[in-house]
Amino acid sequence: MRNKGYAPIFGEFGEGETILEFRWDLIWSSLPMLLQGAKLTVQLTSIAVFFGIILGTLTGIARLSKGPFRILAAIYIDVIRGTPLLVQTFIVFYGLPSIIHRPIPAYVAAILSLSINSGAYVGEIVRSGIQSIDKGQWEAASSLGLNNYQTMRYIILPQAFRRILPPLGNEFIALLKDSSLVSVIALEELVRKGQIIIGRTFRPFEIWTAVAIIFFVMTFTVSRLVDYLERRMTPHA
Amino acid sequence: MPNTIVEVLNLHKSFDKLKVLQGVSLQIVQGEVVVIIGPSGSGKSTLLRCLNYLEEPTSGQVHFKGELVDPKSNLSEIRQEMGMVFQNFNLFPHLKVIDNITLAPCLVRSTEKPLAEERALELLKQVGLQDKAYNYPEELSGGQRQRVAIARALAMDPEVLLFDEPTSALDPEMIGEVLEVMKKLALEGRTMIVVTHEMGFAKEVGDRVIFMDEGVIMEEGHPNELFSNPKQKRTQAFLSKIL
Repeated sequence: MRNKGYAPIFGEFGEGETILEFRWDLIWSSLPMLLQGAKLTVQLTSIAVFFGIILGTLTGIARLSKGPFRILAAIYIDVIRGTPLLVQTFIVFYGLPSIIHRPIPAYVAAILSLSINSGAYVGEIVRSGIQSIDKGQWEAASSLGLNNYQTMRYIILPQAFRRILPPLGNEFIALLKDSSLVSVIALEELVRKGQIIIGRTFRPFEIWTAVAIIFFVMTFTVSRLVDYLERRMTPHA
Repeated sequence: MPNTIVEVLNLHKSFDKLKVLQGVSLQIVQGEVVVIIGPSGSGKSTLLRCLNYLEEPTSGQVHFKGELVDPKSNLSEIRQEMGMVFQNFNLFPHLKVIDNITLAPCLVRSTEKPLAEERALELLKQVGLQDKAYNYPEELSGGQRQRVAIARALAMDPEVLLFDEPTSALDPEMIGEVLEVMKKLALEGRTMIVVTHEMGFAKEVGDRVIFMDEGVIMEEGHPNELFSNPKQKRTQAFLSKIL
């Protein structure tokens, strides 16, 4: 009988097993651990998406405002888009602690860098969404006596969000995949778990295939979810 | 003495170098229906949009019931008293017809939702659309949309109604239903300022017709007088082209 676990792997090679054989059983046996990693990936991404939307909405509005916030938002977007997420993660995890004189847990650092990163991209998406809404909507709302906040909140943003749902979905699929970068700060998300399992099994092909499949299932689910939301948010079928 | 609702003093408006309004003064009293006509580019829409500061005048003053309109202090309150109907309706496409109408009373006047809805249904009945309350604007024809827009403006119980070419974006067969509603409002004694190309409406419903050209009021008077016996050359030329 073939050993189902991944621990006593060297013994198996000795028994004449060829490396060419695709070990489906390895995928199955490593699945629980990979799913554990996937759980963290989903957690990190969901929280980052949440903060990314808040940050991005504020940034998008600030980009269209008058005064100092407009410039701050522009700088934020340019800096974040112009530097690699990997470097941003290093700065947050290794750089920040030396300034604030206390360590930042990897989990917090990951959420921080992913949120800040996604906020910049979402900011540009939100800005374009707001700008795509007809000027007449502003005029109608203000002619009824609504103030800027009320107009933004009840008239412009609901329409803008419906319109930017597809690019927003793309952004979150990208974030889901990019979250694998935080494996560099030793967070055991999906990719890191894969590396660990490969370290024990020396079967990179099977494990990376499994990792890819899990990523695909997650991104596919997100894209279906976005499709569903888009249909539901359209006034009528 | 009739009450003056809107008073405009020496209004100027330029877009960059283009002078659209070049000194317009105007008084509108309660219950009056004023129709503004003129060739395109004459500044009639700009004048209307300056009244509620959708366009900020370059210079000059607008008074509402004796109060100077000031974007820094009372603009929002005064806008609530000046309902506006747009050429392109500008309904809120993400809201049902009834929510289009109740939104402003609920948000701005803090009217309770059931009360606002009751009133909205009443208004929809007035414009002949009570069966469309729970449809989205997209599902309505142009004429129906414009009638909803009128109901939306009325929901704030404004002191005066501004109409900015309300029938210009409509198919010909739908113009009648909108004009009918406007006529009813005029007969109820509402104060209305209407920019339009519908000369029939101006003649039939208007208390006063203002002819604008090149950013000034060229001529004004009772419709009978202005249409049958225009004094200015420009007015004659415009009317001969249009009638």
